[in-house]
Amino acid sequence: MAAAAVLSMSEIENKAMNIGIDLSTIVFDNIVLPPGDDFGITSDDEDILHEEVAPEFETGYGNVIVVDNLPVVSPEKFAKLEGVIRKIYSQTGVIKERGLWMPVNPGTNMTLGYCFIEFNTAQEAKEAKEKTDGYKLDKSHIFIVDMFDDIERYMNVPEEWTPAEIKPYEAGDHLQHWLTDEKARDQFVIRAGTVTEIFWNDARQLRPDPVYHYQYWIDSFVQWSPLGTYLATVHQQGAIVWGGKSTFNLIHRFPHNQVKHIDFSPGERFLVTYSSQEPSNPRDTHRVVLNIFDLRTGKLMRDFKGSVDDFTTGGSGGLSGISWPIFKWGGGKEDKYFARIGKNAIYVYETETFILVDKKSYKVDNVVDFSWSPTDSILALFVPELGGGNQPARVSLVQMPGKVELRQKNLFSVSDCKMYWQSNGEYLAVKVDWYTKTKKSTYSGFELFRIKEHDIPIEVLELDNKNDKIIAFAWEPKGHRFAVIHGDGPRPDVSFYSMKTGGITARVSKLTTLKAKQANALYWSPAGRFIVLAGLKGFNGQLEFYNVDDLETMATGEHFMCTDIEWDPTGRYVATAVTLVHVMENGFHIWSFNGKLLYRIPKDNFFQFQWRPRPQSLLSPEKEEEISRNLRKYSKKYEAEDQDVSLALSEQDRKKRRVLQEEWETWTARWKQYHEEERELRLQLRDGEPSDDEGSQEQYEAKEVEAEEVLDVHEEIVD
Amino acid sequence: MRPILMKGHERPLTFLKYNREGDLLFSCAKDHTPTVWFADDGERLGTYRGHNGAVWCCDVSRDSTRLVTGSADQSVKLWDVQTGTQLYTFNFNSPARSVDFSVGDKLVVITTDPFMGNPSTIQVKRIARDPADQTSDSVLTIKGPQGRINRAVWGPLNKTIISAGEDSIIRIWDAETGNLLKETDKESGHQKTISSLCMSADKSHFLTGSADKSAKLWDSRSLTLLKTYQMDRPVNAVAISPLLDHVVIGGGQEAVNVTMTDRRAGKFEAKFYHKILQDEIGGVKGHFGPINALAFNPDGRSFSSGGEDGYVRLHHFDPEYFSIRM
Repeated sequence: MAAAAVLSMSEIENKAMNIGIDLSTIVFDNIVLPPGDDFGITSDDEDILHEEVAPEFETGYGNVIVVDNLPVVSPEKFAKLEGVIRKIYSQTGVIKERGLWMPVNPGTNMTLGYCFIEFNTAQEAKEAKEKTDGYKLDKSHIFIVDMFDDIERYMNVPEEWTPAEIKPYEAGDHLQHWLTDEKARDQFVIRAGTVTEIFWNDARQLRPDPVYHYQYWIDSFVQWSPLGTYLATVHQQGAIVWGGKSTFNLIHRFPHNQVKHIDFSPGERFLVTYSSQEPSNPRDTHRVVLNIFDLRTGKLMRDFKGSVDDFTTGGSGGLSGISWPIFKWGGGKEDKYFARIGKNAIYVYETETFILVDKKSYKVDNVVDFSWSPTDSILALFVPELGGGNQPARVSLVQMPGKVELRQKNLFSVSDCKMYWQSNGEYLAVKVDWYTKTKKSTYSGFELFRIKEHDIPIEVLELDNKNDKIIAFAWEPKGHRFAVIHGDGPRPDVSFYSMKTGGITARVSKLTTLKAKQANALYWSPAGRFIVLAGLKGFNGQLEFYNVDDLETMATGEHFMCTDIEWDPTGRYVATAVTLVHVMENGFHIWSFNGKLLYRIPKDNFFQFQWRPRPQSLLSPEKEEEISRNLRKYSKKYEAEDQDVSLALSEQDRKKRRVLQEEWETWTARWKQYHEEERELRLQLRDGEPSDDEGSQEQYEAKEVEAEEVLDVHEEIVD
Repeated sequence: MRPILMKGHERPLTFLKYNREGDLLFSCAKDHTPTVWFADDGERLGTYRGHNGAVWCCDVSRDSTRLVTGSADQSVKLWDVQTGTQLYTFNFNSPARSVDFSVGDKLVVITTDPFMGNPSTIQVKRIARDPADQTSDSVLTIKGPQGRINRAVWGPLNKTIISAGEDSIIRIWDAETGNLLKETDKESGHQKTISSLCMSADKSHFLTGSADKSAKLWDSRSLTLLKTYQMDRPVNAVAISPLLDHVVIGGGQEAVNVTMTDRRAGKFEAKFYHKILQDEIGGVKGHFGPINALAFNPDGRSFSSGGEDGYVRLHHFDPEYFSIRM
């Protein structure tokens, strides 16, 4: 049997028969193999076994620390020193009985300048090390504290320094290869059932073109990085980031048990992972762990741990838990800062050092909301009204670093504020809900900040009808216009405003108002100019594709029960999807920017649709303008290509039809033949009834036949 | 195309059948009374009273004199079409699900549901020329398929019986011996319950509809899968046009979900597909419940649909229908 390849069961049975063994009498579990011999059959779970890290053995000294750099004292002062040390260390934990040992030089009877302390638990020992390492007893005696276990490790450090072996540079995978697609298509990822798939949006062929398909890839969700370089998948044990030229290779694992949320920094330098753990004691709060990893090296840069309350203070989060992302990234694409809100403070961290800017939090009493400018290191803060109106509410802009307040606006009788940055950081719109005089209701308006102008002028904008509720607001990406859905009734109005009107001092003005629309959400094209007015939820998925330059509706459509809408990063296509929020109709539709339905893909149990983002264009604005001026020249080439494709498609289609038709004809010819052959037999079955038509050709004649039937005879004598 | 609405049933429709000439339309419903209509103008001609349960299926003889009906009252009844009198009752110990006359109308194939420990069966009864000579003996009884057998029909020349049902497998049986000849495999076959089966006029091919949201066209001799029509809803009813290369497929979401969404979400349309190209041609809306039954007039110039809503809708095609180019 030596070194046999894997045998099939039938071969084994044959072999057993030959050598006269009845297999049914053998209990396989009782067979003991000679140690180390696998008979050439490799176990298929061997790899997993080897991958497991060897368990760490407790040396039994985990609770012992070594304190060095103590004063060297004579026996008379021994007791005093011991008292001092005991006093210091009993603050951090319980020292075991006879747990303090200060060795003495037997020759001089002087202490050796160090001591061992044994605590009750390893936890206490660790804490003691952290707290007292570097403790200044006096000028010349600064404690050096180490774990006993570490000493051995340091002992093993070789005396002589050997230069680290520098691995030869391995060219990384071309992570942005998808951008070089010849047809300039965009990718998207979808998740349905247990399958995660990535497709090209092949709008010319009116179908998705598969790139990657994986069953059971992930446990919870997928997310593209903000520039589209990576795809992150979220698992029980952490997040994995994928990328590559032709396929999706594993780039890094980011271990984080029970990870719930992830967030990329906008410049793709860092990845934030978040988990919150159910407390073992129900009265305790959830334990929250946040890790910040360097995306390129996979290194953990900083972790934050605490109870959920530490991360929910401020804001309107309250009982509903945290609002993700906890950390907001600032400083534009360089990912210079990240910040979170706390009680009466904003914690701003620098990514250079991963510590607080100026080593302390930025105190702002009662701050409830903040946001970064998308391009600059400017924070916008909102502090609500206090003391029953004695202290006004306030929106302020603060420059980082330095914490210089650039602009501040006090607001009276305000119930709430929402901040909306324009994507280039040029404007900030603050939607303000004011109380009416009676304080019984509120009305809304906008405070518009012009960030890039001198002194940051602020303009107040009120709607034509002050009592209208504001349902949605959205800036035109990179543009100077914004759209508002407002109204009280079942069919609200949609208004467009521009920030660039008037003479020298620009002012905001209304472009138009569209009356009575079935819309409750706004989706601007990432390239600006076009917008989709969508009626989600109650409006059942009404879509209106609107051109804001010409102020005209290009098309209307409907994706029944639509739940999600997303523009592709170039603004050429729109995806509308029905996800598992609804049981029926799951799947997605792809539309052109002007509202033509290109194709639809039904998918049961549809979870997610996400376009792969693109990094910013490398073209300067001037160059872009030049291209759009000479668009005709460029478009000719693409139009020709389009035509070729459509010709090829129709040719393909014709061919396919011909094949189908021919195939069908062979079937029908065969059937006709059978039918003829069986005519006689059929006649027999019908007792020779002659007509063997197929029932369809024979015309029947409708004849009126009067039939009289006597139902009942009843005699009645009439008086 | 203005449909004629025929409101004669009080409960959901279950089955529709035209006679050979196409002048009569028979309808079955969960109320206990099969009904016959003029297929031209939808006038109600009469009803067949006697069943004591939902009537699942019916078939009419070639000469339009005999009607056979299968009912949940555990009986199959033979009727005189013209007078509405009961000629004979076959009694079973479980509900009868489907009935089908053989070529020549001398035999009828009946399926019975699994019920109170009895497995589902396919049974063949001989129909006597004179009702007085009628007996209830089964010529053949086939057992085997798991779950309900929703439909069993005669193959070409009465040589085979084709059955389909809850176990989502289509089987061809020898009509003489009851031996299993062929069955569909997992790959080409349906994934879920097969709800309906419709023979072509010449019995050369047939169409099946399934809860797996597809309808499939098969060769009835070799059981080769010819075409698949993909739907976005469970299929309850199918029919093949005898005139054009069209099939019509109807269904809707499962009845349990109907109340949860509005009419548009339910997709209670009868969808027309090109039989050869498998492309969707169009849809006929109107029902406000799933479509349970579909039938083409043998002349191919009209069709009728029966819904969970209790209506039969009779549609005469407009002239444009006959000039559709694909």
